[in-house]
Amino acid sequence: MGRTTAIIIAAAAAIVVLAGVLLFMLGRGSDGDVNELDKELSEMKLPDADATAPTPQPAGGTALAGRSLVVVSWGGAYTKSQIEAYHKPFEAQTGAKINSVDYNGGIAEMKAQVESGNVTWDVVDMELADAQRACDEGLLEKVDAGILPPAPDGTPAVQDFVPNGITPCAVTTIVFSHVIAYDSTKFEAKMPKTLADFFNVKDFPGKRGLRKTSPKINLELALRADGVPADQVYSELATKAGVDRAFKKLDSIKSHVIWWEPGSQPPQLLADGQVTMTTGYNGRFFDAQVTEGKPFVIIWDSQLQELDVLGIVKGTKNVDAATQFVSFATDTQRLADQAQWIAYGPARRSSLPLVGKHAVKGIDMKPHMPNAPENSTNAMQIDFLWWADHQEELNQRWSAWLAK
Amino acid sequence: MGNVAAVQTFNLAGQFKSSGKRARRGTFLLVLPLLAFLTVSFVLPISNMLNRSVSDSTVADVLPRTAAALRAWNGKDRPPFSAYSALADDLVRAEREGTIGKVAARVNFERPGMLSLLKKTARVADRFEPPYAQAFNAVDLQWSDPEVWGTLRHASAIHTAGYYAAALDQTRKADGTWIDKPEYEQVYVMLFERTFWVAALVTALCFLLGYPLAYFIAHQSERTRNLLLILVLLPFWTSLLVRTTAWIALLQTNGIVNDGIALIGGEGARLELMHNMTGTLIAMTHILLPFMILPTYSVMLSVPPALTRAAISLGATPWTAFWRVYFPMTLPGAAAGGLLVFILALGYYITPALVGGRTGQLISNMIEFHMKTSLNWGLAGGLGGILLGGVLVLYIVYARVIGLNRLRLG
Repeated sequence: MGRTTAIIIAAAAAIVVLAGVLLFMLGRGSDGDVNELDKELSEMKLPDADATAPTPQPAGGTALAGRSLVVVSWGGAYTKSQIEAYHKPFEAQTGAKINSVDYNGGIAEMKAQVESGNVTWDVVDMELADAQRACDEGLLEKVDAGILPPAPDGTPAVQDFVPNGITPCAVTTIVFSHVIAYDSTKFEAKMPKTLADFFNVKDFPGKRGLRKTSPKINLELALRADGVPADQVYSELATKAGVDRAFKKLDSIKSHVIWWEPGSQPPQLLADGQVTMTTGYNGRFFDAQVTEGKPFVIIWDSQLQELDVLGIVKGTKNVDAATQFVSFATDTQRLADQAQWIAYGPARRSSLPLVGKHAVKGIDMKPHMPNAPENSTNAMQIDFLWWADHQEELNQRWSAWLAK
Repeated sequence: MGNVAAVQTFNLAGQFKSSGKRARRGTFLLVLPLLAFLTVSFVLPISNMLNRSVSDSTVADVLPRTAAALRAWNGKDRPPFSAYSALADDLVRAEREGTIGKVAARVNFERPGMLSLLKKTARVADRFEPPYAQAFNAVDLQWSDPEVWGTLRHASAIHTAGYYAAALDQTRKADGTWIDKPEYEQVYVMLFERTFWVAALVTALCFLLGYPLAYFIAHQSERTRNLLLILVLLPFWTSLLVRTTAWIALLQTNGIVNDGIALIGGEGARLELMHNMTGTLIAMTHILLPFMILPTYSVMLSVPPALTRAAISLGATPWTAFWRVYFPMTLPGAAAGGLLVFILALGYYITPALVGGRTGQLISNMIEFHMKTSLNWGLAGGLGGILLGGVLVLYIVYARVIGLNRLRLG
């Protein structure tokens, strides 16, 4: 009887513990964990970098000695590129200490911090559309474009950055791209070459990967594949007929799609043979191609470009240091340095010629930049202002379409 | 003599009373940390969520004069001229104070396109001159549409049923009548139905798998029993995420299960076990199974084996003895397990998010989406409120029909 009781107590304790764990996870959200996983996955791919890294050695400084900044970014290889290109030289130059924190995008956490008055993040790396939204909601400090250093040839920053690169609350660091990649071992005679081939499951059989979380990207791709020119995509999407058209195009492959969420998933889906072709971020595919030697090929046709930015969280006590950091990190040399670590394009035009070789593999990085001329012949920019207006209604329709 | 006895009795009663008080106070102090914890981690967030789902003062705070001017309007005719001038004033102030983005995002929840309409109007509103109606129409002709003003009027109410209506796929016209959303935007009602259906199915599967197993374990020798119980508990000690990812490795198209199937039936026989409802059901059933087994098992242990033997010796077949004597006595455990599994399944979201693909998503995934991505916390609160209400109704029905005193966790 004593043992039985003990077992029952143990069982009850286990239930309580598990319930606690469940509550914790439900409370914290799975994304933290998914993010962990995501991070681990990207970390596994990381080369042994420090050995060959060109260590930047600016003159040591003490202007911000004793100060520390929390910089939040996406983790994995991407954060690594920022640590090498921005954080280390900034620490050396100013004496400040930078704590790098990972997150999985979105502005919910920032909103919670600002609304509760307990701001622990200083600088956040986010997608431009999120930055716009955060700026609207009053979650970001205003950034004065005048403090950004000019290009080495004297071109003012405002003209040096890509279009929309400087917004009232954020400064762009990189241009990233949504592209299609395929596994070249899965096709024999004919390789897919265009976006239209992605929607052609007859000639190019196999599952497709598409991003689940949002209609953005998917609707644009559907219309581009249906023959809509890049400059008419948003005027088409503004009409009900245009949205119907996009969904009809997506209907044609709906049953062949595996839906992905975190950015680490598309290369993984390709590697596991779950899909033969998938959309995804060009930097992730590059990583799989180059550092893991996977037989993946990127289709640059009809790529969709988006900007990633740095913003300063409203109400942080370190506005001065954070502003210095943002201005430092987005200068010509820093942006060019970052491109040695990851295949995302620098947001300044003056950085492009300075892009060199991959810091570990030694291959030339220029051909892998989304904004390299040969890759961007028919590239399209995601219109973040248009999405700010329409995401609510299209999200609703997207969720309904997905669930059915 | 009598007096002494009376005094003594009085003292005794008093002592008894005060010691009782002290004990109660002690008990209260003991549970105080738990109460405080529950209030902070449970009661407050839930009240906050429910509050957000019915009230939102953003528009009323930022556009107070507009809200007042529109209150008198019937929602059908042209909005009053006073509304135009009030909105012009409010917009100028909102632009100056930097609150325009917030209010524009809020109104955009009600009607797409309002975000850019309000922001672009606010940028030039300080140059507006009477007649204001023309000035507004000159910025954008949408201002001549009464529906736009109707949206502003509804959004300016501090208390709103709008989020609950949206959570039930309803929308509101300018004059306040509720109509169904267009068919292609309806999703939540279907997801609620799906969620309840999945929870019921998972509970049934857990019962079908868990009851026989609990029976088997309860009828082993004590040593085997403990060993088997540890095997049941083992997954409990593994992270939920790890277990779910393990299912991904097992179920994916080139996973272990499908490799086995392909070995027997050829490459064409591979099944789609993941990224759909099947994946959600399999993984959720596995993860929730211990919640069914443990209460059932511990109740089974408390059933004296003599009863079944007595039934058989009185002429019952083994099946009758099981079904009419043993089973009813173990039902409270199974019912407790069932309730536990059902309620946990209603709120599950990590597992469906990872293995559910497109068709295996549940309402909790939408709540998460509105919390973290669309930032429509009001709608998330509305969806959560309906889910909570549904659980409470079920709980009450359960209490009435079966009785809570018949629940046994061991």
